[in-house]
Amino acid sequence: MQRVGVFVCWCGSNIAATVDVKAVAEALKAEPGVVFSTDYQYMCSQAGQDMIKEAIREHQLTGVVICSCSPRMHEATFRKTAESAGINPYMVEIANIREQCSWVHKDIPTGTEKAIILGRAAIAKVSLNAPLTPGESPVTKRALVIGGGIAGIQTALDIADAGFPVDIVEKKPTIGGKMAQIDKTFPTLDCAACILTPKMVDVAQNDKIRIFSYSEVEAVSGFVGNFDVKIKKKARFVDETKCTGCGLCTEKCPQKKVPNDFNLGMDMKRAIYIPFAQAVPKVATIEADYCNMLKNGKCGVCAKVCTAGAIDYKQQDEIIEEKYGAIVVATGFNPISMEKFDEFAYNQSKDVITSLEFERLTNAAGPTAGKLLRPSDGKHPETIVFVQCVGSRCDACNEKGKEYCSKICCMYTAKHAMLTRDKYPDTDVYVFYIDVRTPGKNFDEFYRRAVEEYGVHYIKGMVGKILPEGDKLKVRASDLIENKQINIDADLVVLAAAIEPDKSARPLATMLTASMDTNDFFTEAHPKLRPVESPTAGVFLSGACQGPKDIPETVSQAGAAASKVIGLLAKDKLLGNPCVAGSDEMMCNGCSSCERVCPYGAISYLDKEFRMPDRTTKVRRVAQVNEAVCQGCGACTVACPSGAMDLKGFKNNQILAEVDAICR
Amino acid sequence: MNKKAIRDEIIHISGVNPKKCMKCGKCSGTCPSYNEMEYHPHQFVYMVESGDIEPLMHSDSLYKCLSCFACVERCPRGVEPAKIIEAVRLMTVRQQGANHLKSDAIPELLDENLPQQAIVSAMRKYSK
Amino acid sequence: MSMNEFKPKIVAFCCNWCSYAGADLAGNNRLSYPADVKIIRVPCSCRVNPMFILRAFQKGADGVIICGCHPGDCHYTSGNYYTRRRMALLFSMLDYLGIERERTRLEWVSAAEGAKFSQTMNEFVEAVTALGENKRLEDLRCKE
Repeated sequence: MQRVGVFVCWCGSNIAATVDVKAVAEALKAEPGVVFSTDYQYMCSQAGQDMIKEAIREHQLTGVVICSCSPRMHEATFRKTAESAGINPYMVEIANIREQCSWVHKDIPTGTEKAIILGRAAIAKVSLNAPLTPGESPVTKRALVIGGGIAGIQTALDIADAGFPVDIVEKKPTIGGKMAQIDKTFPTLDCAACILTPKMVDVAQNDKIRIFSYSEVEAVSGFVGNFDVKIKKKARFVDETKCTGCGLCTEKCPQKKVPNDFNLGMDMKRAIYIPFAQAVPKVATIEADYCNMLKNGKCGVCAKVCTAGAIDYKQQDEIIEEKYGAIVVATGFNPISMEKFDEFAYNQSKDVITSLEFERLTNAAGPTAGKLLRPSDGKHPETIVFVQCVGSRCDACNEKGKEYCSKICCMYTAKHAMLTRDKYPDTDVYVFYIDVRTPGKNFDEFYRRAVEEYGVHYIKGMVGKILPEGDKLKVRASDLIENKQINIDADLVVLAAAIEPDKSARPLATMLTASMDTNDFFTEAHPKLRPVESPTAGVFLSGACQGPKDIPETVSQAGAAASKVIGLLAKDKLLGNPCVAGSDEMMCNGCSSCERVCPYGAISYLDKEFRMPDRTTKVRRVAQVNEAVCQGCGACTVACPSGAMDLKGFKNNQILAEVDAICR
Repeated sequence: MNKKAIRDEIIHISGVNPKKCMKCGKCSGTCPSYNEMEYHPHQFVYMVESGDIEPLMHSDSLYKCLSCFACVERCPRGVEPAKIIEAVRLMTVRQQGANHLKSDAIPELLDENLPQQAIVSAMRKYSK
Repeated sequence: MSMNEFKPKIVAFCCNWCSYAGADLAGNNRLSYPADVKIIRVPCSCRVNPMFILRAFQKGADGVIICGCHPGDCHYTSGNYYTRRRMALLFSMLDYLGIERERTRLEWVSAAEGAKFSQTMNEFVEAVTALGENKRLEDLRCKE
């Protein structure tokens, strides 16, 4: 039997005005287990707390009930008080007789009666309380960043800067991501490579950072502070440690007809290649599907010319297993496929391109060495039409596009239009827009400059149809302001394709038990207040995997995610919430109901040996809760058909005791 | 019938929610009859939504729509302007009573340049 | 006992993150509701076992209301969806047993909706008072 002490607070007149506190203290004295009951003006004051401590010692109290304000206010205070008096902090219960009693009821008899009942319920509950200790788990002081674009690079650099080791897993042969493909950045027009590649070099030279390029995450298990990750390092048929990146092999390889994905298929590369000059790591990779040697054993030119002896045709995929304390997702985005938009003739004409393709066409390292030439005939285009919102802001039922605004298109289209007019003043540039959205520092000024100084024709309306005819593209569109239909004979059409999360995001989210929205963007723990954390503890979000973002926003989010990771890795031990679920192995029948409802994947199953009364042993499947992962929602306790699962601090019998006390 | 009743009736007949329109103008950008029309597909959607339907009902534009459904196919918001035009047309017919043309009167009304598709689709729609 | 004197016993289960805070806000704003409502704090509305509700009715409660975060706002991401499904089933079963639909209720109250909390409780108490005492599931053995 517990020895319960009851402390009724006046809260000045806040409670005492509508609740007869003396009567409450007196009435609760008669409750079973109550050995001490008193009232005081301000329980939370130092004097009040000292009184509680003294009573705990004097009356050897094992449980404490405070009838006062909301537990959301002072539960932590009174738990500390109890702890300093030598009893477990979780042996304290609060009866909320201020917010939920004295403040909402007007007369003393009703208030007093309800306060007594609330007090009784708290006493009934505390009688069944058990001391709880928060679980501890160690923290592996190493972070994993999945994705090596600007988001991943910035996060890794910031974490490494704080002294923690970081691994970057990048599925492409080089880090750099989308930013490496971009020509110039808005609104300052500095060259993307000039600001990105030094960062890539920093990553390569940082001894705290390891890069697993051409690699993918294969499996994730464990929990915050203790993730076990399997990384598949795909065979690139080149020994990374030997390759010097001289590029001789990429010049001599006879297989010249390999679509160059870095230039979005607009030119060809060799079967052995280095994606671009500033690649990190600067190591060649063999495209196995195109390599003659790997396909039919006839060639071997690259091995012959390689002075470092780095070519290894027998290289196999390799699995690396590593432990991490925190995982940052930075999987980024891709433009959506334009295949389904028949009206824009993307499939019919080479001269209808996406904006990312336009970036490559204008990039000095791109397929045309930076000269803006039509992909079809290499001629200089005189009339260029930009179409915005292609696939963005569609109806939810529209299977071609996305419901959201892709956010970056207005700005990069203004950039493209401006740069085109700057470099080729003889061109006519039209931009069809629905709205021009430019919220951002210096963004609207940038857009206005494109219109006013560079003479880009902005037309409010949408392109309805593009018809390739001869070497022209007949663009039919509406001009909503002049209320007329216009026809333009264009030489080049650039579609501002909507962006979507990378395809690898969904399987990754499943591995991480991190949640996603219907568009496959990772959801944050709180949309306003915890924007860089996933609801899954220990998983953080960086960049466009969480929603469309431009570069400055991505970099600031990357830094924020890094600071959260540093905060986690700086701890030696993680203290858990002790109010977690626990299963009674003797009652569990291993049915998996609890596992299926757990939003955190905290429940696993174990085949455990039990000794039977007749001294035989029997192996049974029983549920096990990982206390470090469990957040204590209690969904499993209701799903459990055998009643084996219970929630510490809110046990079934505790809540039933409260129900009983209220209905008495 | 007052303005609001007509508007509600048109929305009911067409099954279209004009509020979904984001005013991009793709319907009008894509319309093959655009130059024939006094009011264009995007105006139909906007004017029905704002209740300004009288001018539409008295306009020839009603009969210029080919019902080719290019606007329906391409609308990013799934608004289906052709169905709205069709509903306005139906409202006009209902308000005026049975104003079907006699079939003998048709040939002399036909325009030389009228696309064949318009004649066929008109027959399909109005012969019932 | 005449109808005028009848004071129903109402048990309210409130989730810690939204509805309990909503009830606190009702208190902060002094938005009164009948004292017949007694609140039990649970971490999440999905912690409410149908067993608790049956027990309340057995012990003579006249109405039971469960309050949780709005769909999509659950602190534990999906707890209130479980509650919604479980309660849809339980309430219809209770209806079948003769516990009127008006005696049970599931309501989403956010931490910012003090006014909604008080209004909901006023409505609920009114509805239960109109129905009178609940005898259907009362366990006579529980009476002294």
